[in-house]
Amino acid sequence: MNIQHVNIKFYLENPETVKLADFAAIFNTWIQQQRLEELLVDVADYLHVHHGPGIMLIGHEADYSLDNRAGRLGLFYNRKEQLDGTTEEKLVQATRAALTVAQILEKENGLKFNGSEVQVIINDRLLVPNTVETFTALEPEIKSFFDQLYNGATYSLSHNDDRRERFTIIVKTESKFDVDTLLKNLSVETAHA
Amino acid sequence: MKASNSLWREQKIESPFPELVREIEIYETEIELRKQGKMDEKLFAETRLRRGAYGQRYDNGKRWDGKETQTLEFPSSKTELTKGANTVWDAPGMQRIKVPFGGMNPEQLEVMAELAEEYSDGIAHVTTRQDFQLHFVHVDDTPALMRRLAAVGITTREACGNSVRNVTACPLSGVCNTESFDVTPYAKGLAYFLLGHPDVQDFGRKFKVAFSGCKDEGCGLVNMHDMGVIAVKKIVDGAEKRGFELYVGGGLGTVPHQAKLFDAFLPEEELLPTAQAISRVFARLGEKKNRNRARIKFLVAQLGIEEFKRIVLEERATLQPDPRWTAYLSEIQEVDEKPLRPAQSLGDTLQTASFQRWYKTNVFHQKQDGYATATITLPLGDITADQLRAVADLSRRFTNGTVRTTVDQNIVLRWISEADLPDVHAALEEIGLGQSGAGTIVDITSCPGTDTCKLGISASRGLAGELRQRLAEKSHTMDEAIQSLHIKVSGCFNSCGQHHVADLGFYGVSRHSGNYTVPHFQVVLGGEWTHNAGSYGLAMGAVPAKRIPEVVERLTGRYVSEREKNESFKAFIQRIGKVQVKTMLDDLTRIPTHDEDPTLYTDWGDNREFTIGDIGVGECAGEIVSHAEFGLAHAERQVFEAQVLLDENQYQKAGETAYTSMYQAALTLVEELFFNVPKDHDRVAEEFRTRLYDTKLFWDEYAGGKFGHYYLRAYEKRNESFTPEEAHRRVEEAQLVIEAAHSCYSKLLGSRSLPRQLAGI
Repeated sequence: MNIQHVNIKFYLENPETVKLADFAAIFNTWIQQQRLEELLVDVADYLHVHHGPGIMLIGHEADYSLDNRAGRLGLFYNRKEQLDGTTEEKLVQATRAALTVAQILEKENGLKFNGSEVQVIINDRLLVPNTVETFTALEPEIKSFFDQLYNGATYSLSHNDDRRERFTIIVKTESKFDVDTLLKNLSVETAHA
Repeated sequence: MKASNSLWREQKIESPFPELVREIEIYETEIELRKQGKMDEKLFAETRLRRGAYGQRYDNGKRWDGKETQTLEFPSSKTELTKGANTVWDAPGMQRIKVPFGGMNPEQLEVMAELAEEYSDGIAHVTTRQDFQLHFVHVDDTPALMRRLAAVGITTREACGNSVRNVTACPLSGVCNTESFDVTPYAKGLAYFLLGHPDVQDFGRKFKVAFSGCKDEGCGLVNMHDMGVIAVKKIVDGAEKRGFELYVGGGLGTVPHQAKLFDAFLPEEELLPTAQAISRVFARLGEKKNRNRARIKFLVAQLGIEEFKRIVLEERATLQPDPRWTAYLSEIQEVDEKPLRPAQSLGDTLQTASFQRWYKTNVFHQKQDGYATATITLPLGDITADQLRAVADLSRRFTNGTVRTTVDQNIVLRWISEADLPDVHAALEEIGLGQSGAGTIVDITSCPGTDTCKLGISASRGLAGELRQRLAEKSHTMDEAIQSLHIKVSGCFNSCGQHHVADLGFYGVSRHSGNYTVPHFQVVLGGEWTHNAGSYGLAMGAVPAKRIPEVVERLTGRYVSEREKNESFKAFIQRIGKVQVKTMLDDLTRIPTHDEDPTLYTDWGDNREFTIGDIGVGECAGEIVSHAEFGLAHAERQVFEAQVLLDENQYQKAGETAYTSMYQAALTLVEELFFNVPKDHDRVAEEFRTRLYDTKLFWDEYAGGKFGHYYLRAYEKRNESFTPEEAHRRVEEAQLVIEAAHSCYSKLLGSRSLPRQLAGI
């Protein structure tokens, strides 16, 4: 199955301390400084919307947002451009991109992300229908990826086949993981590859 | 670009309107032609706009970052592929989606949610014309997006460009106590009659139509429309007859015009043919070169309403009868909405304070006893995908899926049994949409402004959001007189936020101070929302954007303290006079230096040092592309399709399509000389022969009449079958005919002293 347009969300540990409105200016500075190695286009402010995408950094290859969907604040990465490679490689790309931004936000802006819970969405209903069959087909590669991300720690993987939603999985581990460790785990595998 | 775009092309779309699917295929071919450099960028821009695929801020590849203007290096910048003049192909754009009279069902809401998630930023935006808009959409994704809409009976066709825009109507049509009758079926009938109609393809500018069920309320805003109708009844020969007060030539924009009464009683069966005749007159006599004077309001003003009417009625008399003019009238009763649940009153059960506030401002008691319409207030017109799905669920749970968008950028749920209102409100609160204040001062309308619009000067959404937040905080304690006021904000003078018809209107301007530019809003006071936008407000002066909340504070404060009994805000402003108002605001207009107060040099919700350097060339006006240019582009697309068919070894179809392209080219040229030529193959060939071939107008300087002969021979042999060789030859000939048609059109333009004969030979 050709998965594309991977979305990934890492939740914040300290959402109550975050002053979201400040991030419109912060993301604009990122555009000014061309902070990421990809084309950043604009900032969109949706703070007025209940449980919405919050503050968005719109890019060409991907969008990043400090997102409050489902009432849970986190960093949401939406890959828009297509990628070559296996399912695992695409998951690695999206996760690394999200974690790289999370790392900057932690170091420079005092945010703290919880690496022990991840939401993954495939943002294309036709390409990857949200069915049990899809989950069965993708499960081995998804597991292989999370084995790497969590470096062999035990985790749970859940999928809800609500026909109206996009293909979504929730991954949780009881072990504590921070952003730096997760990035390191991804790098180890890349080095092996 | 989405990986599934090609898969959507292969999906069989079961659309209630199969012609919409074909229309998307045509658009997709045009995208391919543009990518191959076979379609001019200006022509592509207009054809894209007529499918609702609009430009968005920074799509010229430049963005002011607060310090300097950065070049946005999109991948397509390297190939210089554009989707219009100075518009980078890969730059994100906006997709406007037409929703005639705002009518939607749950399935459509769900698809809108899917599209917002998959192609946009997760937000769908309701506009001041009851449309939906999605932002940050890649043009390559638009055909797939349109296919998914077509599957649920929604089109984006003619949502932008020089065409008939979304037909709006009062969202309470059919349930309102003050209406003469339900205008819904008429709005629907007219919207689909004019959609893609040949007579609306050659306008110099856009054309907006609105319907209202009554004269006194504001919901229809008839007076600010190019064409507006108000439902009226009349006794004719002892029987009650339905008809309309018809108005033409209204409009906001830089120069607002109140519409003129065209007919005090237009019988219902005359609505569509009269609209057709008006369209033909606008296409024929409306300004085409100077887009600033190309709206129909200028034509009506120039001719005077009586002369305009005379010409329209003359045109009406020449129209060939069309069964569609009245076919929809027989179904009028059948489309009436039905409730899901039995009518039941609310009763005396004690409700929460939050419900009571919501009930007071957001619930409208329908003329049908025991039923209500509830307004869902959307902040700045925005709604998330999750909320859209939840609203779809609510509409299924409490109603028969009767949902409408409003020109106030809200959504209404109709036909709720009054006893269900507490449950509806509780469900809305769960999804963050249970706020009260619909139609009050906190329910502020705003265009996209500098957030996404290429023409925006100031941050209208930023200002609207700020005002909304401040006013909402004190709305419960606010004087009743203030609560009922309307605030509307536009990012520039083009009035998309409808600032002229608000009590307090604002539109974006800028002023210089030292070496800086300062965002301002012009203050427009005393406009009238009721009486179908009965009068327009007056500009009082420009104030720095950051001081507008203080303007609102002062004006409303003085209104509360000094208004005479039952005096409206409009009357109050008129009474105290412009000089007084200016005096009140005078200190606010003075700009301190940048060192004294740098905050004034940024706009609401945007920390960048303000600039007007990001303003691009707007696409609201569309591109001026003539009817003939479109016709020839269609012919080119058809010959391209014939080539594709050849590649697929479909020779018979290729030969036939090649002939069709020649016919299209010939028809286009003939129409330049005889606009009403009947569109049948024999007649077009005959007219082509006499008007273009025999006169040698179509002749090539070197090849003589050869290319014209190709067409005429193809016409004679059009019913024959094709061998592969013949099909190849026919396609090659078709290409030459189309090239010759372009040359001939240039010749015709060169000798353009001959006017088009619109009403016959």
